[in-house]
Amino acid sequence: MAGSGLRILIAYPYLGPRGALYRWYPLQGVAPPSWLTIGGWLGGGRQWHFAIAWFFVLNGLVYLAYLAGSGEWRWRTFNPARDAAPAVAQFLHYARLRKASPPADFYNGLQRLAYTSIIVIAAVMTLSGLAIYKPVQFHFLTILFGGYDGARVVHLAGLALIALFVATHLVLAALHPREILAMVTGGKRE
Amino acid sequence: MNSRISRRRFVAGAAAASLLAGCDSYPVKSFLRAMKDWNANFEAAIFSPARLAPEPPESAVTPEAAFPEYFISDEAPEVPPNWFLTVGGLVDRPGRFTLAQLQAMPPIAMRVRHHCVEGWSAVASWRGLRVSDLAKVVGLKPGVRYVEFRSFDSGYWSSWDLASAMHPQTLLAWGMNGHPLTTGHGAPLRVYSAVKLGYKMCKYLAEVNFLAEKTGGYWEDQGYDWFAGV
Repeated sequence: MAGSGLRILIAYPYLGPRGALYRWYPLQGVAPPSWLTIGGWLGGGRQWHFAIAWFFVLNGLVYLAYLAGSGEWRWRTFNPARDAAPAVAQFLHYARLRKASPPADFYNGLQRLAYTSIIVIAAVMTLSGLAIYKPVQFHFLTILFGGYDGARVVHLAGLALIALFVATHLVLAALHPREILAMVTGGKRE
Repeated sequence: MNSRISRRRFVAGAAAASLLAGCDSYPVKSFLRAMKDWNANFEAAIFSPARLAPEPPESAVTPEAAFPEYFISDEAPEVPPNWFLTVGGLVDRPGRFTLAQLQAMPPIAMRVRHHCVEGWSAVASWRGLRVSDLAKVVGLKPGVRYVEFRSFDSGYWSSWDLASAMHPQTLLAWGMNGHPLTTGHGAPLRVYSAVKLGYKMCKYLAEVNFLAEKTGGYWEDQGYDWFAGV
């Protein structure tokens, strides 16, 4: 999704409508490098993007159904009353401002915050994508995001947040290599 | 069943499947083509013939110098002398129309947002006659399902589903922002619609044909989506 989306962005690497580009956006005219993209050209990028989008949504729906149906949401999603204070403590620990790591069970508070945020971001990506794809047929969505060009801003910002999430995830996983096997196999469950 | 084993199997299966899929391989191409057809059906299914695009305020109108001009010829095509529009296909009264004849039909004005396949948007107001009004004048025969627009811009063309062409915001426009179309914007007559991407809106119009079969299009035949609704 990201590679084909960036391929589409190359065709108009600006935010804002023609003649009224957004002044606050620092990367106006900066096209993503083509090695990050798939599809080869705008038409190819669009074909990939709108083909994989269905599987992205399907995958998300299956995940949400499993999360809800299995009851796993109880210890996988962020519950502010339970997780807010440990999440802050965990962040301070990572930032070297707090010596001891707060006690964690299956996930720590910061993990729960991250894994729940990414679900919300994925939903926002889907809705802002639909608003760009069909700004007239799905006009209610387009209004929600502040119009067609607003939806493009949200869609690109969502990509940046996902990239940040993935990068953080990879760095932390590399720092805790023993956990990688557990992520793939499901790990030990007491 | 042990959930640990099943997840391991799933990951192994997914890895094997991705190894099989080279980017230009036959399976990938047919997958993309199948999804393209699926998406075209989806686009047609969600298209509402009655839903109108909202009109942005006048303050949103794009300065004309910033509204891109687009043509495939090396230079903007000049209007041929004695220009007329040929209307044909499965119609009761095929014919040729001069600009004056077209302008004598009930004019419609609308200010809408333009959505380009590249991702930019722009706003202008347009003046012209509805394609649906032209259809009434020539009388459609049963079996018409598509409308083909052809230009004198090096043969540029695009074919449409009938429902989008009959939408109240699909015009044959001769005016833009209160003046006649300029050469850069498709003079003397162009398709302008609130419900399609820009490349569907054929400029420098020469022919309108009401057909039973779809006939692709300049960009559509190169890989852009055919329906291209917005």
